[in-house]
Amino acid sequence: MLVPIRWLKEYVEIPVSVEELAHRLTMAGVEVASIEKIPSGEVDWKDIIVGQIVAVERHPNADRLSIAKVNCGDGVLTSVTGAPNIKVGMKDLKVAVAKLGARIMNAYATEPTTPVTIQVQAATLRGVDSQVVLCSEKELGLSDDHTDVMLLEKDATVGAALVDLLGDQVLEIELTPNLGRCLSVIGIAREVAALTGSKLHIKSPKWKTSDEPSEGQAKIEILDDALCPRYSAALIKGVKIKEAPFWMRYRLMLAGMRPINSIVDISNYVMLEWGQPLHAFDYDKLVGRAGGKHPGIIIRRAQAGEKLVTLDKIERQLTDEMLMICDEKGPIALAGVMGGLETEVSGSTKNILLESANFHAINNRKTAMALLLPSEASQRYTRGVPPESTELGAMRAADLMRQISRGTIARGLLDVYPKPRQPKIISLPIREVKRLLGIEMSAKEISEILKRLEFKSRKVKENLEVSVPYYRLDVEIPADLIEEVARVIGYDRLPSTLMSDRLPPQKRNRSQEMEERVRDLLAGMGLTEVVNYSLTNLASLSKLDPSGKMASGAFVELANPISTERSVMRSTLMNGLLESVAVNQRHQDHIGIFEVGRIFLSNPESHDGLPDEPRRIGIALAGSQEEASWTEPSQFVDFYALTGAIEALFSRLGLSKAVHISTQHPTFHPGRSAEIRLGNLKLGVLGEAHPEVAAKFDLRGRVYLAELDLETLIAHATEIKCYEPLPRFPGIRQDIAVVVDLNLPAKRIEDLIRREGGELLRELTLFDVYEGKPLPDGKKSLAYALDYRADERTLKDEEAQAIHLRIQSAVEKELSAQVRGAGG
Amino acid sequence: MNNLAELEMSIGVIAAEGRAAIEKAGSPDECEQLRVALLGRKGRVTTLFAEMRNFSDGDRPKAGLLLNQLRGQLESQLEAKGTELSSARLQDQLIAEGIDVTLPGRPAHLGHLHIITQTLREIYAIFQQMGYQIVQTPEVETDEMNFQLLNFPPDHPAREMQSTFLTKQEGVILRTHTSPGQIRVMRENCPEPVRAILPGKCYRYEQITPRSEIQFEQVEGIAVGEQITMADLKGVLTEFARQMFGDATKIKLRGSYFPFTEPSIEVDVTCILCKGKGCRICKGSGWLEILGSGMVHPVVLKNGGYDPEKYSGFAFGMGPARIAMLKYQIEDIRLLLGNDLRFLKQF
Ligand SMILES: [Zn+2]
Repeated sequence: MLVPIRWLKEYVEIPVSVEELAHRLTMAGVEVASIEKIPSGEVDWKDIIVGQIVAVERHPNADRLSIAKVNCGDGVLTSVTGAPNIKVGMKDLKVAVAKLGARIMNAYATEPTTPVTIQVQAATLRGVDSQVVLCSEKELGLSDDHTDVMLLEKDATVGAALVDLLGDQVLEIELTPNLGRCLSVIGIAREVAALTGSKLHIKSPKWKTSDEPSEGQAKIEILDDALCPRYSAALIKGVKIKEAPFWMRYRLMLAGMRPINSIVDISNYVMLEWGQPLHAFDYDKLVGRAGGKHPGIIIRRAQAGEKLVTLDKIERQLTDEMLMICDEKGPIALAGVMGGLETEVSGSTKNILLESANFHAINNRKTAMALLLPSEASQRYTRGVPPESTELGAMRAADLMRQISRGTIARGLLDVYPKPRQPKIISLPIREVKRLLGIEMSAKEISEILKRLEFKSRKVKENLEVSVPYYRLDVEIPADLIEEVARVIGYDRLPSTLMSDRLPPQKRNRSQEMEERVRDLLAGMGLTEVVNYSLTNLASLSKLDPSGKMASGAFVELANPISTERSVMRSTLMNGLLESVAVNQRHQDHIGIFEVGRIFLSNPESHDGLPDEPRRIGIALAGSQEEASWTEPSQFVDFYALTGAIEALFSRLGLSKAVHISTQHPTFHPGRSAEIRLGNLKLGVLGEAHPEVAAKFDLRGRVYLAELDLETLIAHATEIKCYEPLPRFPGIRQDIAVVVDLNLPAKRIEDLIRREGGELLRELTLFDVYEGKPLPDGKKSLAYALDYRADERTLKDEEAQAIHLRIQSAVEKELSAQVRGAGG
Repeated sequence: MNNLAELEMSIGVIAAEGRAAIEKAGSPDECEQLRVALLGRKGRVTTLFAEMRNFSDGDRPKAGLLLNQLRGQLESQLEAKGTELSSARLQDQLIAEGIDVTLPGRPAHLGHLHIITQTLREIYAIFQQMGYQIVQTPEVETDEMNFQLLNFPPDHPAREMQSTFLTKQEGVILRTHTSPGQIRVMRENCPEPVRAILPGKCYRYEQITPRSEIQFEQVEGIAVGEQITMADLKGVLTEFARQMFGDATKIKLRGSYFPFTEPSIEVDVTCILCKGKGCRICKGSGWLEILGSGMVHPVVLKNGGYDPEKYSGFAFGMGPARIAMLKYQIEDIRLLLGNDLRFLKQF
């Protein structure tokens, strides 16, 4: 909403600066986004004056140019102009004259490099001297129109500075949806009065009608009074359609509307003034449609299959959700959204049926949205227009049409208002102000503040009975009144207190703590946290399965995706992580990333239709082992870098018992993938991305990827129950190297050694894995350090030796292994 | 030898020759050899001590005194020389062991938490010490929870403030704000008082531009009890702003509108960059809009299970992304979900 200050001042005094006014409005919830100065800073109207054209002559050497003689107050100067509205023989026109040296907008600034403004200089155009410029709207910085010279009011004082005549400031107000009442200059004026304490002078519209009654000349019938609570219309006859007067066009222009003709401009002007949308029908076209009889206006829902060609010449398909203005022949306008082409006012229109109606906010919004037709009218209906204002708007506009368009108003408003609204009265308990705002206020103080907003109130026992002004559709309950009180006194005047209410019992959120702990652990291992979009797409998800067999049905899909790329909620973190790896491979050698976030799995069993949202941990590693450094030769990450990180994580979460076992998973290299299990419980999968998967994600080199189920991890994580006492007696360390078949899993050897080692084997550490010469083909050697120790005594060498031999023979027998380098 | 004069002469010779030899010694080894030659079992001084038995009883004490002086003198000279020599040797060794201290260190590999995680944690810490509990609520919500129970009727224009992603399941949407969590925590705790912080991802149907994203993190706060006022809200937010942005931070409350709060306010804080003087980031105002807030609307309290005539409460919502962007002067929101390690590793 754009509000020119000079227009606003017509209804209210502004006792403070415009900046201060903007600040107060903003603080009270009517946000002033900017104050636009007219003219804008680029031009300076002080050097532009009002001039009067005293003669226009033909240019001797150019058909398209004419020579205007302009009285500038201090002499008559010459201007050569090509403007089509300055015609030979014209006189008395008032124009804006830019004299030598004045700075005006450059009407031909088309390139970014051309200067935005120019300074007026004396010029000779085809042999005739031009001393001044007669300015167009564009040159004055008012619009982009550079066809005509802007013509000023006929009574403008010659020689007056333009800035005194037209200089203004325009408030650009951003309105929240509850502020429908502020979509009018009068609405803003009421706010100004309340916030500055100054007086309003709003005149209730009056009109001068003829003796001819309107009754009988059109019949109005509302068939759906829920969607159209009130329909009023005025009949104005014998109008002459021309240009609206300058003051009205200028105000419309500053308010952001393009002037069209006097009838349309008056409708728009009154809408901006009072907030009541209006629509003018060509009455004679309605009569024509009615076969020469008095037309009947019917307000009803569209019927299936009905169509209407709207003002913009587009044929609209109508549904029975849409409220229509119809006559006996069918729809003539989309109620409160857009008029129909056929009954539109044209240059030859004589008689006007002026609609001033009230339509249902939500229904109006739905129609406007369905047809993608946001309009000034719909913007207002959508935010709520009081039914009381149909009468005000109709009378004001009809009377302006009488004065400006020389029409005569038929006596009496055609008005159908089936269920007149009762005035709203709210009972406000006085103590509510203290209870909700925390400040002590007397009934009298509250009542005074409400009065500034035109609420009347009277004290009845412990309550204030508050009657709500007709235009305050947003105020319905005591809390609404409390907001009014608070915003008028100013939120900054509220005290700032410490809560005195009882502190709720404090509970820890262990699940959240664990989630954060996982993040800390992974970052502590050198991994960097990423956050991906939860929205992905099936194509990306299906890249995780080169065989093309993808689970379906479990996805949460969007009905209105913004792009195909973001159309499905992710069911795994893996594709997002691989995409993040690919993005970073363009400029990183080492990539170690993780994400902790939710995945979304639709759940047909859930009672409210919501999907499951389990949290997952994703990890991806690629490239060199660590960031390049001069201290170590760079190595590539491998499978064991990934399992090492996961083992460390699990160990810190008290999940050391988790094991990984070889598995098959479409995303992973079949020989390099594992499932993580705790007993029978599945905790996650990990492995090297399958080369075909890597190719689909445009990955370079080998990429290692894991996805863990955070919910299960949290559920089974254990805390340390009791510390382990430090050893009091020395232990004995012996190494064993076992040569086995290449494909024997290390876990088998380890399990066997532990079994045979029993209680006295306290630690087992794998310190070497070797294959190649001098081992025979198909063999590998694994070397373990074994620590034997007893808690209560010094272990004897013979005891350790005995266990060691037992382990050796079991390994040899059960795994057909060869034991090398046995002994201490 | 049996007289003192002879002894004194010998002592003089040994002292002079010993000092000269010690001074000439070039290594701790040479010092050791000298010590043996002078003071060892067959050393020159030890030999002189053996002569003492030839002295008269009257002269013997004097002879002993002189010899002990000589021995002490030589010992301390040897000691001093030894110390000097070994510290010189150590010095040489240390010089030889010098390295280039300006070479970069061997990297310790620490990862980075996402800037949003770090910002969230700052917010958590402040509210947790004020007695707020962290609660996570669903990202995919019902239209009822996300809108209707929060006093947004179907097709209400207030929904325009929050363009919504719909799922193919009727009535199920991606939450546009963390506010539906208000209903969930209220229902869970009613009639006990509530103080909770509800963090999480939200989604809006927006064009992705440097200034807007379809996915963003939000933190909701809610407190409900039997004597909670807007002045309390102001107190809590003042404290939050002070701890989050620094002691000198002030807050400013502006009237606003949200369907689920009444009264509703926007909260501005002193610009963290210019400290209120006015700069490019705050567009010269000295203030930054940081959160939306208000007293929980009676309808919402009722939907949460509380009697609005007895209970009251406040709620607020803020975007950690906005806070982080202001704090680090990040001008393109897309960096936050871009996952470029060159960005992430700066924090
Ligand atoms: Zn600033």
